[in-house]
Amino acid sequence: MSSVTADPKPKVEIRGVHKNFGPLHVLRGIDLDVRAGEVTVVLGPSGSGKSTLLRTVNHLEKVDGGTVSVDGTLVGYRRSGNKLYELREREILKQRTRIGFVFQNFHLFPHLTVLENIVEAPVSALKRRRKDAEAAARQLLDRVGLADKAEAYPKQLSGGQQQRVAIARALALEPGLLLFDEPTSALDPELVGEVLDVIKDLAASGTTMIVVTHEIGFAREVADTVVFMDEGRIVEQGPPAEVLDAPRHERTRAFLSKVL
Amino acid sequence: MSATLATTPATAPPAEPPPRVVPTRRAGQWTAAGLVLVLLALGLVSVVRNEAFQWDVVAAYFTSASVLRGLGLTLWLTALVMVLGFALGTLLAVLRLSANPVLRAVSWGYVWFFRSTPILVQLLFWFNIGALYPQILGVNTVNLLGPVAVAVLGLTLHEAAYAAEVVRGGILSVDRGQIEAAESLGLGRRRRLSRIVLPQAMRAIVPPAGNMLIGTLKGTSIVSVIAVQDLLYSTQLVYHRTYEVIPLLLVATLWYVAVTSVLGIGQHYVERHYARGTAGAR
Repeated sequence: MSSVTADPKPKVEIRGVHKNFGPLHVLRGIDLDVRAGEVTVVLGPSGSGKSTLLRTVNHLEKVDGGTVSVDGTLVGYRRSGNKLYELREREILKQRTRIGFVFQNFHLFPHLTVLENIVEAPVSALKRRRKDAEAAARQLLDRVGLADKAEAYPKQLSGGQQQRVAIARALALEPGLLLFDEPTSALDPELVGEVLDVIKDLAASGTTMIVVTHEIGFAREVADTVVFMDEGRIVEQGPPAEVLDAPRHERTRAFLSKVL
Repeated sequence: MSATLATTPATAPPAEPPPRVVPTRRAGQWTAAGLVLVLLALGLVSVVRNEAFQWDVVAAYFTSASVLRGLGLTLWLTALVMVLGFALGTLLAVLRLSANPVLRAVSWGYVWFFRSTPILVQLLFWFNIGALYPQILGVNTVNLLGPVAVAVLGLTLHEAAYAAEVVRGGILSVDRGQIEAAESLGLGRRRRLSRIVLPQAMRAIVPPAGNMLIGTLKGTSIVSVIAVQDLLYSTQLVYHRTYEVIPLLLVATLWYVAVTSVLGIGQHYVERHYARGTAGAR
């Protein structure tokens, strides 16, 4: 939408990122910019490296080459001259509080209630007062349509409800950037819609997001930029109308013809 | 009943009642159960009627002051060894799972050493530590480590080695995604361990820890070799004087059984506490 305006600096800058898992070269030189307020949807077959790329953005995966910056600050490293010094865990954790991450399998804390799940990070990482954090958490629950589930344990909720709690938990840190790793892939088909609706709402409110997904319809509707990855490289990227409806690469066409 | 139903089909529609399930007759099971019960009853009768058990002597000493003092020592020794042993064991488990190879090796070495030597040998060793180090920091070792202190020290160090493995297994049973979620929320290392990992690990830790607790309760009886007056030793002191060996061993046995049973009930409630949030899946 705002692809023409000259932003001073992108929200996320990924430069020449490489990642190996043993002999497996999962990311082979990724360059990607995400502008503030935009939704970037990453598509690609399994094993294309899209989840790994997403996980490098909040340093859940260390990169083996290249850099990732959020808000103009390197993630996980400090640059001095031509050297990258790995940050202390404390500093990395602090960076992560500004980046929300939503997992495919929710990863809610099963021994804590919904409210305790959401309140945990604001209280222990941001040192908010519990009372304030709880009030904010209830508002977030209301926003994802689960105001009445505050006292429930995760296992008492459906998959779709659990993922909405996980989104509320990520939002509780008021992050400037949200990362979604296949947020609907573990859900029963009839529960996908309720989660996508929450994500669409967030997109409409101008939150910067990177969403790894297989939901082509969602990409078409919500994405400002669609990125298609294969074998550790970005094959093509652009507005959904270009990448989804008039793909230039054979690989993209082949993938879309299978999933559409 | 069925006869009256059959003769009055006039008003109701002739709907056939649903077939009734008749379980298989299990004659063999009934015979086996009966046989076992008869044998149990015979055994019980012989125990009650055999004068050599001297149940009157058992009753006389069961709540005697010296036995109760011994029981008290056994109970607090068990509690202290469990608490200290698991505290040290948790530390060892965390070291074993740390990224630092030296700490990992030290933790492994500790567990290897203390599990490889019999507890009896360890106790006798600590009891005679004065032969190796007559003085520690200017204090005579003999004064520093009396029999009770040796019992606490020896049993704790031994317990910690086993506790370390139990806690490590519990921590490893927690889904890796839980730690990633906590990391991505910016939770610090200690908070992740205390708030996210250990409470979930408890589900896997409690059953073997309950086993260890019962084992430790009975295992403390080994301190009788260094003349610590626990439950067993206090009954031994009596029978060394009166030669009523069997009834006094029965006194100790019955107390061990009683305490173990109470602990088993307690374990049930502890397990239920740590299972919260896992029941009621839809």
